Amino acid sequence: MNPTRDNRPSFLDRLSLLDRLVAYSVLIVGAVLMVLPFVWMVSTACKPSSELNRLPLRWIPEEPTCLENVRSLNETSPDFDQYLRNSIILTVGRTVGQFITCSLAAYGFARFEFPGKRVLFAASLALLMVPFQAIVVQEYLLLRRLDWLYTFAALIIPGIFSAFALFLLRQAFLQIPIELEEAAMMDGANPLQVLWSVTLPLSLPALAAFAVITVQAAWNDFLFPVIVSNSAATRPLTVGIALLQGERSTPWNLLMMGSLLATLPMLILFILLQRYFIEGVALTGSRR
Amino acid sequence: MTVIQNWLGRTPLARRRALWGLALVAPNTVGLLVFFGIPTLISFATSLQEWNGLRPPAYIGLDNFERLLRDEGFWKALGNTLKLLLLSVPTGVVLALGLALILNQQLRGRTLFRAIYFLPVVTSTVAASIVWTWIFQPRYGLVGNLLEPFGLRDTNWLTRPDLILLPIAIVTIWQRLGFDMILFLAGLQNVPRVLLEAAAIDGATRWQRFRHVTLPMLSPTTFLVVILSIINAFQIFDQVYIMTARTTRGGVGGSATTMTLLMYETAFTRNEFGYASAIALTLFVIILSVTIIQLRLQRRWVYYESDQG
Repeated sequence: MNPTRDNRPSFLDRLSLLDRLVAYSVLIVGAVLMVLPFVWMVSTACKPSSELNRLPLRWIPEEPTCLENVRSLNETSPDFDQYLRNSIILTVGRTVGQFITCSLAAYGFARFEFPGKRVLFAASLALLMVPFQAIVVQEYLLLRRLDWLYTFAALIIPGIFSAFALFLLRQAFLQIPIELEEAAMMDGANPLQVLWSVTLPLSLPALAAFAVITVQAAWNDFLFPVIVSNSAATRPLTVGIALLQGERSTPWNLLMMGSLLATLPMLILFILLQRYFIEGVALTGSRR
Repeated sequence: MTVIQNWLGRTPLARRRALWGLALVAPNTVGLLVFFGIPTLISFATSLQEWNGLRPPAYIGLDNFERLLRDEGFWKALGNTLKLLLLSVPTGVVLALGLALILNQQLRGRTLFRAIYFLPVVTSTVAASIVWTWIFQPRYGLVGNLLEPFGLRDTNWLTRPDLILLPIAIVTIWQRLGFDMILFLAGLQNVPRVLLEAAAIDGATRWQRFRHVTLPMLSPTTFLVVILSIINAFQIFDQVYIMTARTTRGGVGGSATTMTLLMYETAFTRNEFGYASAIALTLFVIILSVTIIQLRLQRRWVYYESDQG
């Protein structure tokens, strides 16, 4: 890609003992600061309420009550299970939907000639410059007019169209040698069959990056769901735990347990698919 | 009929491919238009209206924007947003660059460190903000107790108008650091080794190599990171919403209200959709100007790079 990029070993890589010492000290201090909030979250999530207001602070609960706290969270917030279920529906719905609409559109823009192609593509990309915050009021009014407010349709459908995913997947499809697709065409496959059996399987790394970006954005979304959901029927976890937080009476151990449960799926996903998350960042950065 | 046929393509095959192409791009294009394009256009119209969402909207010209200029709450929100930007962006960018420079060395365990620094990025801002609210509680909070030697244990960071922006900036930096660091690490891959080696052979110290080789070669990345962080700062919402939820949303006396929160409150608690659209449009214009400045300057850099290579 870049002619100046090279990875051969260099004498610059030799670091003195002092260099290493300084480097590791900085890295370790930084890493501790990064991880501390997570540790404190888990620690508090497993404390009985009697240990919350006790000084000096203890990192390890004297009598850990992790599971009891999950139970009391369910008692304090009887809809918690439903929030979790709603988050899953929202995330799966948006990701699968975006995968379908955006891979079709990306394939169309990458491989076909049709009138208006340039204009339509430019118009799609121009929308990347519109921050969601700037149109969220209009989005609400539109969904109200459609009578979709407080339904899964409102939470999911606007989220299945994406200029970013279109751009990302189109770039990936353009990298694939067209000869492979032409060979399949010769065998009588229609474009959908070619897309499904040739193009998509050859784009797996880009699809994985797309999937983790979309899943993470949907799972963590707050501003939109807080506006278009108003009951436990569709409210996702982020809004659910925000409500709990707003109640001054909710004890901190239960709030930490709620936050832990809302965070855990993404942390696990990250540990399993780290590479794609990190590639996703580079892609997100390059989109602009 | 023939007009349409010629418009699609000259041969039957070209026409069939054109129809396929249109069919493939239709769902996403129509969806983007309906759910993003049209709302963007309508927001211009709504910003010229007075509308409580129930009675029919009334056209009032530029009154909303005039009101904006006289609205103390708006200036306060703009000021808070800019303060948050100044508190979080420079520190965040410098820390991210420093970490990336260290992690760019041949060090054992650097993949692990990279993962650790990235963890907050995948965490939901809502959950992270709840955790940090607990951390910043007076008396039993983690920060207060760590700072006890300075007599800060009972400080109520989240209710004091002069302090509230600090915790919000800290959460923002904490959550963004890993993201910016990865962008810098990617950018560092493009700094030619040969140049660094040549400089070293000529006797340049590490600082000189950084100052005169790495930093100039990295400037497109630095610029990108700064711009993305600025845009992010203008959109801060979740942190403020959550961290002030237990006192007054937006902080005591609006001390933490950002532009996005002000827009949210105007639309969804006060039902002033016209005025909220005017705020949204102002936010949009600010972010768009930042983006356009970036695109302009970036083009110059891309040219500069290809000129070199």
